[in-house]
Amino acid sequence: MLHLHPTRVSLLHRLDPRVKSVTAFALILGILITPPHTWRAYPLIWTLLACVAVISQLSAWKLGLQAGIALPFTLVAMTLLFTTQGRPIMMIGGLVIPDSGLARFLEIVIKSWLAMQVTLLLTKTTDFTDLLRGLRGLGISETLVATLNVMYRYLFILKDESERLIRARASRSGKSGGYSSGGTLLWRAKITGGMVGNLFLRSYERSERIYMAMVARGYDGRMPYTPLPPLKRRDVVLGLIPIICMAMIQIVVR
Amino acid sequence: MITPVLAMHIPDGFLSIPVSVVGWLLFIAILVYALRQTRKQLGEHRIPLMGIMAAFVFAAQMLNFPVAGGTSGHLLGATLVSIFLGPWAMIVVMTCVVGVQAVLFQDGGILALGFNIVNMGVISGLVGYTVYTWLTKILPRTTVSQWVGAGIGAWLSVVVASIATALQLVVSGTSAFDVVLPAMVGVHLLIGIGEALITVATIAFVHQTRPDLLQARADNRGARWIAVGFIIALSLVFVSPWANPNPDGLERVAEDYGFIDTAQDPAYTILPDYTVPFIESDIFTTIVAGIIGVIVVSSLGLGVAYVAKRKPISSDQTPV
Repeated sequence: MLHLHPTRVSLLHRLDPRVKSVTAFALILGILITPPHTWRAYPLIWTLLACVAVISQLSAWKLGLQAGIALPFTLVAMTLLFTTQGRPIMMIGGLVIPDSGLARFLEIVIKSWLAMQVTLLLTKTTDFTDLLRGLRGLGISETLVATLNVMYRYLFILKDESERLIRARASRSGKSGGYSSGGTLLWRAKITGGMVGNLFLRSYERSERIYMAMVARGYDGRMPYTPLPPLKRRDVVLGLIPIICMAMIQIVVR
Repeated sequence: MITPVLAMHIPDGFLSIPVSVVGWLLFIAILVYALRQTRKQLGEHRIPLMGIMAAFVFAAQMLNFPVAGGTSGHLLGATLVSIFLGPWAMIVVMTCVVGVQAVLFQDGGILALGFNIVNMGVISGLVGYTVYTWLTKILPRTTVSQWVGAGIGAWLSVVVASIATALQLVVSGTSAFDVVLPAMVGVHLLIGIGEALITVATIAFVHQTRPDLLQARADNRGARWIAVGFIIALSLVFVSPWANPNPDGLERVAEDYGFIDTAQDPAYTILPDYTVPFIESDIFTTIVAGIIGVIVVSSLGLGVAYVAKRKPISSDQTPV
């Protein structure tokens, strides 16, 4: 599912995480400020992202697909097609679709889709811990970054814990033919609440153990942090290239 | 696989740039304050505690329970975390949760992240926390009062957060007031019930096994003020279109761009059927009006209770 520890080494994988984060943010901003009805911009932006994907040894096609799958709200936004005022352009199943509704719907979906590809490019080419180091290097609060680090380290452990609880519930939830399983809604909610509480206590006690282990290793309230090497001019230039391309696209299409 | 299951994640493209910027500024200001408070209140224990709790919220959202018709309910969690850790640590925890959901799971946008955190963390958690602490204070000191407080707090936290989300979409010109509001609020009136049930059951479980963890935390007065501020601000926005006989900006934008049903509910929330908002909007207007009434009254009550009860800070409760 996730490339949590990207192994492929490309230009983009090696790029400084500080530069990558800023560039990604700028690209997303660039996508979102595209004015309405400038349809020419979107293929150009996609080409730019596809180029970045190719440089990162990622398939632009798969990237687009993945960004598409991650858009469940597209279906929800569909209703826009039918509820907008405008010049009717086509009929689907007896429902009139106005031009303005279609345009607005497409714009939102395309922008979301493109922005999501930028996020995917960033996470697929950057180890999450490197990303956090980059954020720390950009001056984000030490506490926040350290908390995110702990969270990330234990995310999958607690996920497993959660799965154990679900398995235990499932193995005790017999169903015999003809009888419905489970009790009332209230009863089911109570069981789930008990599981959440159980998970909370396990997590809480784990945090106490972690704290003690940290103290045992000399923790004094400051998280050790290996600073990133100073920014290389080459990395900055590389990070600026897509931003400049985006700026040019925005100028050309207007 | 970890499935991010929080509703209400606004993706990029759905909020206008100015609205996104306001969201980020609001979020940064509150987060900076919250970080300072957690340093004061939790000391050096805060990093492992908040980190684990953020992972806990993620994992807890996987624990679902069947509701009806193949749909299932699950926890959103801000109220629960604020009851256990206090509001400031909750804000840091929810920042991590919503941030990781956006970056690693592409659930919610990057530019929309500011308001996503404000909605699902700050507003949701602070409203839940404020209602919980207030109700447990005014009701008789029994376990049941605690449950009532947690339940109403959790329910309101979801509903108020959904109202805030809807309003941001309206102000962004992404949808019309009278479409998105009934849709969002309607769905979350029901989602909130699931939230309330699980929160109460969790509190009851912890009360039974580790009652010491449910003790009141250190002074969190500022949190209540922020919550009250948000509620009053939301109520004002609500009242303004009705008070103005000639609504200009919002209506115009809505006409230009049309409505989008942005009921932000991916397929995995409780009642996907309700995301289609063509239900008698009169009824919803009444319901919504009722909710606002409740919120306004309770915020007034809170204000009065606060002014009447200015007691010195009791900092003997040192959090673990």
